[in-house]
Amino acid sequence: MTTYRDAVREALRDALAGDERVFLLGEDVGRYGGCYAVSKGLLQTFGEERVRDTPLSESAFVGAAIGAALGGLKPVVEVMTVNFSLLCLDQIVNTAATLRHMSGGQFSVPVVIRMATGAGRQLAAQHSHSLENWYAHVPGLRVVAPATLDDARWMLAAALADPDPVLIFEHVQLYNVEGQLDPAITAVDLDRAAVRRTGTHVSLITYGGSLSKALAAAEQLAGDGIDAEVVDLRSLRPLDAGTVLESVRKTRRVVVVDEGWRSGSLAAEIVARIAESAFYDLDAPPARVCSAEVPIPYAKHLEEAALPQVPAIVAAARRAVGG
Amino acid sequence: MISMTGMTRERAHELLLAMLRIRRFEEKCVELYSAGRIRGFLHLYIGQEAVAVGVMRALRAEDAIVATYREHGHALARGMRMEALLAEMYGKREGCCRGRGGSMHVFDARTRFYGGNAIVAGGLPLAVGLALASKLKRNSDVTACFFGEGAVAEGEFHESLNLAALWRLPVLFLCENNLYAMGTALARSESQLDLVRKAASYDIPAAKVDGMDVLAVETAAHAAVEAIRAGGGPRFLELATYRFRAHSMFDAELYRDKAEVEQWKKRGPIVTFVAALRAAGLLDDADLARLEAAVERELAAAVEFAEAATFEDVADLTRDVYTREAAAR
Repeated sequence: MTTYRDAVREALRDALAGDERVFLLGEDVGRYGGCYAVSKGLLQTFGEERVRDTPLSESAFVGAAIGAALGGLKPVVEVMTVNFSLLCLDQIVNTAATLRHMSGGQFSVPVVIRMATGAGRQLAAQHSHSLENWYAHVPGLRVVAPATLDDARWMLAAALADPDPVLIFEHVQLYNVEGQLDPAITAVDLDRAAVRRTGTHVSLITYGGSLSKALAAAEQLAGDGIDAEVVDLRSLRPLDAGTVLESVRKTRRVVVVDEGWRSGSLAAEIVARIAESAFYDLDAPPARVCSAEVPIPYAKHLEEAALPQVPAIVAAARRAVGG
Repeated sequence: MISMTGMTRERAHELLLAMLRIRRFEEKCVELYSAGRIRGFLHLYIGQEAVAVGVMRALRAEDAIVATYREHGHALARGMRMEALLAEMYGKREGCCRGRGGSMHVFDARTRFYGGNAIVAGGLPLAVGLALASKLKRNSDVTACFFGEGAVAEGEFHESLNLAALWRLPVLFLCENNLYAMGTALARSESQLDLVRKAASYDIPAAKVDGMDVLAVETAAHAAVEAIRAGGGPRFLELATYRFRAHSMFDAELYRDKAEVEQWKKRGPIVTFVAALRAAGLLDDADLARLEAAVERELAAAVEFAEAATFEDVADLTRDVYTREAAAR
């Protein structure tokens, strides 16, 4: 058995061991071992030069990683949470995302930026948001969300092999998830969504921390004779619209589950693409299960009420199939 | 008066030529802007030429440069082809960035010129990272980072100086203090007007230099670069200078007196250098005419190149958003 946290750590260990250009940097990634203990022990193996603790200055160390990438290295940055990444939004959006195009193709920026996202740990409104869709809006960035142990284990290598900036969003509720890695998998791509459960009556489209909820909902629906397909987007930019549309054309009904707020969400983008390309294949209006439009509150019952939950997914799927 | 001790005729003419190239290039840019050949923002460096020219002479080909949106002078002084720069400002495919960057975003891999960054202070973290790469690769390259005094009000300035000093990175911070952040005078935006003290507070050796004196700039930059290359960590230079023209082509200059501008023009980097060279017997009318003619020829060729250059096919609009086209779905 392994945890999602261990899987990410093994990926980092592999990357550091396999390529001397790779180094880690971020707040408390070294001595402390990472705020979610992901990088624990890596300092002892690889030393302070390659596992670099930084000051609390997101803009400087993320920008420095971008500069180091321009200088021929392969930095892997950890930003504690997506909320904190707003302090380096300038460097990610104005610099990392633009340099390749703005320089007429002269410079690529092979930086990897990992950050935690999402709610569920009662960390309230400055540590719990799901803002990955902000980044997924931006041309020049790649945005991925490993939802499974195998993706946690292997997406980093694919991200490092990519010549452009890749943002990896790790949902905080996943770090303690335990399971078995599939020994047959030793590499993954960043391009394709994955059908995690096949079904014929309704498509549940989701990613990241909501995947387990969608799968649980599918199990419940199966008890009612509703056969749900679950699609894990994996890549939030670019979106694998082909896999989504193929699923929807088969089931003719769709529910998108997204922990972001509904307004301006990734769910909105996915529904729009379905409406544009598969409108006449649908037998029911597309539905969304998103977070309530509220800064995520602290109290447990309020936090739970703010987030997409299994009963809401089940209810939306039932409505879609006319049950 | 600028000291000419030890100055050779050849070196004097090189420095003057480098400054004249920038001055005449930008004067031509104003013409071309008025004629509608160049659009967008156009930030002129006229008056500040001694800074870029003096600093670049202290650098080697392997060193990296990060500059701002007022960077034509830095690009030319660094050795970028004038024709590629002008074609970029025309928005042409033969421009250095295939027409994607324009005046504010000049990049040149050949000379390790990393922009052309138009977010004030946004280039500083980038320079820190380029210097970090040099340090981790154990080479002796230096990164020169130019920015205006307006940048010292930004958080990225402070974060970057701290990180560079903490990690002892080979970066030279070059603060071109032209007294106005667009229209805001330093005294109206800063509680501490002594910029050297700001750098010194991060334990970075810092000095103020007369940015109108190309030799003073060259000397100070040389000393700083050598100290950095020797492993001494970052250095900071404040270069006291003045922009003779408006902030951009849309600036009515309501925030400063004409008399102030005229006073500074008397201290212009080219006029004072020419006077000093003449006084020292290192330049005569024929020399100056020859240098001006050389610049004129290069400029005429650049204009011809930019005029004849072609526009990118719109079908290629989204090229270079990603390195691998497959990612651009």
